[in-house]
Amino acid sequence: MVEKSEMVDASWAQVENVYQRRADLIPNLVNTVKGYAAHEQETLTGVIEARSKATSVNINADNLNEATLAQFQQAQDGLTSALSKLMVVMERYPDLKANQNFMDLQAQLEGTENRIAVERKKFNDATRDYNAYIKKFPRVIYASWFDFEKKPYFQAEAGSEKAPKVEF
Amino acid sequence: MNKYILILIALWSIMANAQDIPERPNPPRLLNDYAGLLSAQQTQQLENHLANFARETSTQIAILLVNDFGGTSREDFAFKVGEKWGIGQKGKNNGIVVVIKPRIGNSRGEAFIATGYGLEGAVPDAVANRIIDHEMIPYFKQNDYYSGIAAATNRLMALTRGEYTADDYLDQTGNGGGIGFVGIIFFFIIVSFIMKAAGGRRRNSLGGSSLPFWLLMSMMGSSSNRSHSGSFGNFSSGGGSFGGGGFGGFGGGSFGGGGAGGSW
Repeated sequence: MVEKSEMVDASWAQVENVYQRRADLIPNLVNTVKGYAAHEQETLTGVIEARSKATSVNINADNLNEATLAQFQQAQDGLTSALSKLMVVMERYPDLKANQNFMDLQAQLEGTENRIAVERKKFNDATRDYNAYIKKFPRVIYASWFDFEKKPYFQAEAGSEKAPKVEF
Repeated sequence: MNKYILILIALWSIMANAQDIPERPNPPRLLNDYAGLLSAQQTQQLENHLANFARETSTQIAILLVNDFGGTSREDFAFKVGEKWGIGQKGKNNGIVVVIKPRIGNSRGEAFIATGYGLEGAVPDAVANRIIDHEMIPYFKQNDYYSGIAAATNRLMALTRGEYTADDYLDQTGNGGGIGFVGIIFFFIIVSFIMKAAGGRRRNSLGGSSLPFWLLMSMMGSSSNRSHSGSFGNFSSGGGSFGGGGFGGFGGGSFGGGGAGGSW
């Protein structure tokens, strides 16, 4: 039981890691974009604000519960949507898109989003394993005596189950 | 009526499972051409090259050529294959998965390089992205899958061996705004030069490229059991005994979402 709980904590640390990695990329990204698209100030400010909101929510693995995880997820999803808005705006700047520095950053950002998806899935898998373990008889009786509580999952983002509609 | 719906659902779920992630190959192979894009000889040469590298360095580079990504995205497919097959060594997580889907009709060709946890430093995402853009896609556009794979694997091998660092490669392929453009031009000059030098020869020998490097590699691997060429039965699948040129088996490496993709 302790091992499985530790597994969840470890995968939570990985989740926070990859989100931090994304936050670390943003100053560089914003600086690169600024040089090409100065009058997209609003979108850029949106990204910076969402970033500072996202980095302000840090949850220790010990007080991980449904409410704190939802709060964490909300802050991070805010950054996700601000970033995707920025990426849509960038389509209008061919010079920027051809910039090697920007292409590298874009690859890194995509890679980080992939890492986030992978680590979230691993966290959910570890949590599912742990939750199923403590709920089984006879462990269900004594698990709560020693504070082995059910742990929360990441929820799929609202609307992400539907594929985005592309209109021409 | 309900019965039909149930049967339909059952059929559908079977089909959905059928187009899932491919099973780990048995005997283990590093080059898996499910799409039939390479000749038997090319497959053999690449497989030997990859197997030799895996034996020398324990870094495993697995390559899959597929006609579709099993109903999922290219990156998801690559990570799932990496985890399911356990590419790379356990603990070191030094595996790389390269997935390639050819251009079929209107659907674009796609490629993705997924790096195991342990290689995210040696092959950062930006570098994986450039390998796809600069080493693979120029060849793939001409349906020369063999040369693109060979160029990319050589690059990946040099990077994971530490012959040169990711920064060197970034510098070489151009970094920063102005240099990037010069770098691209430089790259095309080199490519056209190489094409000129090697193109004539390659075109003549459709069956297999005559790059001396491959010849050398395959000769090195042929010391013991290559006398009857092409028999896969000789490859040991259990691991442990590495006599000839076979690949010992996947080691249980893990993937955390590193890598990059591209399309053409």
